[in-house]
Amino acid sequence: MHACRRKALPALLLGLLLGAGSAVVQAADYVPVPAGSLRSVLVSDADPGPVAVASYAMRATPVTRAEYAAFLAAQPQWQRETAPLVFASPGYLAHWGAAADAGASASLTAPVTEVSWFAAKAFCASEGGRLPSWVEWEYAAAADATRADARDDPAWLARILGWYGRPADGPLPAVGGAANFYGVHDLHGVVWEWVDDFNALLVDADSRAGDDPDRLKFCGAGAISFKDRANYAVLMRIALLSSLKAADSTSSLGFRCVRAEGATP
Amino acid sequence: MHLPLPTLPRRFAVRAACHRALLLLCLGVAGLAGAAGPLPSDSIYHLDLPLHDQDGRAFTLASGQGRPQLVSMFYTSCQFVCPRLIDTVRDVQRALPADSARQLHVLLVTLDPARDDSAALRGVAAQRHLDARTWTLARSDSAGTRALAALLGVQYRILPSGDINHSTVLILLDRQGRVVAQSTRLGVPDPAFVARVASTVAAAD
Repeated sequence: MHACRRKALPALLLGLLLGAGSAVVQAADYVPVPAGSLRSVLVSDADPGPVAVASYAMRATPVTRAEYAAFLAAQPQWQRETAPLVFASPGYLAHWGAAADAGASASLTAPVTEVSWFAAKAFCASEGGRLPSWVEWEYAAAADATRADARDDPAWLARILGWYGRPADGPLPAVGGAANFYGVHDLHGVVWEWVDDFNALLVDADSRAGDDPDRLKFCGAGAISFKDRANYAVLMRIALLSSLKAADSTSSLGFRCVRAEGATP
Repeated sequence: MHLPLPTLPRRFAVRAACHRALLLLCLGVAGLAGAAGPLPSDSIYHLDLPLHDQDGRAFTLASGQGRPQLVSMFYTSCQFVCPRLIDTVRDVQRALPADSARQLHVLLVTLDPARDDSAALRGVAAQRHLDARTWTLARSDSAGTRALAALLGVQYRILPSGDINHSTVLILLDRQGRVVAQSTRLGVPDPAFVARVASTVAAAD
């Protein structure tokens, strides 16, 4: 407990500096995403039709390192040294300095990565939000700059797929790329993003074999299949998310939050 | 849902009661056997979620501290895998010495809190003759269910039909809530898993 307090003090000072010294940390910008329906790339045998999506407000940009540093200062229980391993395995904030120090070498305006699902959830709760569901993320990410659903355009699909071919060894760019139809930035091209129901994306080749009931992994009808195999960029996201455990983190996995439309923290 | 604390031999208890220092010591030991002490960093008992058992009583995950526990997730309207899950747990219990089986608690949490109320859970407990001293069937809320599943590595998806597509895993926790072993095998239990259950219960003595 004493160790926690000693760490919290410099963290708080850093938070104050960040908050007072620049416009880096300010209330996050959420933009409205109206209700509609989505032809998800994920369909189950039992549910082939489009999915209804209720309206929500989505963070315009992924959570940045500066924003995450401020969160760590306010909630030191999520600092690398104090967060229980069960919520954040050893890769958590692995390249950060001590406590809430985002590290001088990395841009504070780049998306935060190396965060676990539990930590991302806690951050979103701290600003009155939550992680988006997969369908909410996919719905917002179907848009290009002018269309709510650009996924039938091969040129658009090729463009977002192009990002996955780029080497991932350089530093992450700052958030704030081109806005899409809803005014949301960086859904493609910067980082992978956690979703709340990442553990609902059951994708397992074995689930359809069914020749050994003692090894049956999934119960019930409705194994998931991919409806739109052309959308590789989104399928790769699903493959990544379904392979993760909730305490895991990676250097290219960040997050953003959503909340009820019109809500404020 | 709690196992009774081990009772002291009567003669010792009476004598201890006469001595204040010893009495305090006894209380201290009883406290440790209950739900006290700092949790290890890798204990799943750090997760704070609302839980209610089959009798509607509220309890915390951390109240499992102090004894080894088998944990899994299921739902009551599941036709195939979930009844076999209960059979499998029974087979694990049968493979243990009677004393050990009594010390091993079983916690099954529903994936379907919208439909599995306490009455539905109580119904399964009665139908399958589950001893309430050993078995707890529980429900959380929607967010708590998702978080517990995430923590245990259980994948699930609620389908429009009401069926739930889910993975099944039986998890052995030590007395502090750390995952010691897990098994995805239903039917005849995995002998290696049974051996870990036996050694974990023995270590908790």
